[in-house]
Amino acid sequence: MSGLYKAIAALGGWLTGSIYQLGAITRLFASILAQSGAALRRPGLVSQQIHFIGNYSLVIIAVSGLFVGFVLGLQGYYTLNRYGSEEALGLLVALSLTRELGPVVTALLFAGRAGTSLTAEIGLMKAGEQLAAMEVMAVDPVRRVLVPRFWGGAIAMPILAAVFSMVGILGGWIVGVLLIGIDAGVFWSQMQNGVDVFKDVGNGVLKSFVFGVAVTLIALFEGWNARATPEGVARATTRTVVSGALVVLGLDFLLTALMFSN
Amino acid sequence: MTREKTDFWVGLFVLLGLIALVFLALRAGNLSSFSFAPTYQVQAHFDNLGGLKQRAPVKSSGVVVGRVAGIGFDNQRYQAVVTLDLEQNYEFPADSSASILTSGLLGEQYIGLTPGGDEKMLAQGSTIQYTQSAVVLEELISKFLYSSADKEGTASE
Repeated sequence: MSGLYKAIAALGGWLTGSIYQLGAITRLFASILAQSGAALRRPGLVSQQIHFIGNYSLVIIAVSGLFVGFVLGLQGYYTLNRYGSEEALGLLVALSLTRELGPVVTALLFAGRAGTSLTAEIGLMKAGEQLAAMEVMAVDPVRRVLVPRFWGGAIAMPILAAVFSMVGILGGWIVGVLLIGIDAGVFWSQMQNGVDVFKDVGNGVLKSFVFGVAVTLIALFEGWNARATPEGVARATTRTVVSGALVVLGLDFLLTALMFSN
Repeated sequence: MTREKTDFWVGLFVLLGLIALVFLALRAGNLSSFSFAPTYQVQAHFDNLGGLKQRAPVKSSGVVVGRVAGIGFDNQRYQAVVTLDLEQNYEFPADSSASILTSGLLGEQYIGLTPGGDEKMLAQGSTIQYTQSAVVLEELISKFLYSSADKEGTASE
């Protein structure tokens, strides 16, 4: 009896705990947005964060994009070749990259490369009581620490996703045209006929912006709420990657269903 | 790093993003086929559109002269209504005919305009009278099969 009682209590505890987390992250989001106006009057802080989050992620994003493009080219050719329509390779590569792979893979890499460092940084600031010290000095840590990082991430992410898609398409071109020998004109013209600027490219950019907001917010939230111990920071960093990746994939399903279902 | 140096690198980063976007829009996407030339709209009724889609090209002698602006259904005539955006610098006689054609065997469908001989020209809001529907491959095959079966029937008698 008491075993059943405990199991039900655990279920209830899990539900209230999740609702509490959801409420806390929404409140953090609201306060970041509310403080944004004042903080954006110091664009130097945001610029510093874009540099830290965006520029330093560029290499891993570009290299991954190149290899994803290579693989798409090879694998797409293997499949399309069976139906004798390998000219459609350009279209396949471009559509998969701009609509899905660009935003999603970039967001996953972004969570691993930039999200973790944000969480660890803020968690350690908290552990070192720097945030408390700021408050003592009447500096609002949300405004000084969180807002620039949030906007840095939200701005850097769509740029990274666009770079990823571009490099990926070039990778597909290298494999398809240079190595396999598909006609270059057909490769590009099929792509241009099939990819719509607003429906495909535009929605991809919108998607990557949403992912950027979500991943950055989760990273900041986990750092902000980390227990102020080395172990707490380690756990928060892990949670950033896990829940960031899950949220990105879930949101991607929702957004795809909304955007591309006509 | 000084403020200015950071700003420079961030500027480069943003510039790279813009280049990527322009590349996606122009090289991978169809922005280059968007034309901002002034257009006029004409309508055409078709019995069957086949797989015609919005923004499909309207060609005359193989040159793109406009795009399909909208596809609807006329509930009075029980026919499909296609609205065409034709570029202003191309004019066509009022008795021109429109037909739905396919580029290649399995390619995308487009509208072909064949000029007529009328003195009057198509203008904003006018309707193309002579239209030819899309050729549906299944119908073609079934026609072919029936006619060859007919022939076989008469030959064996």
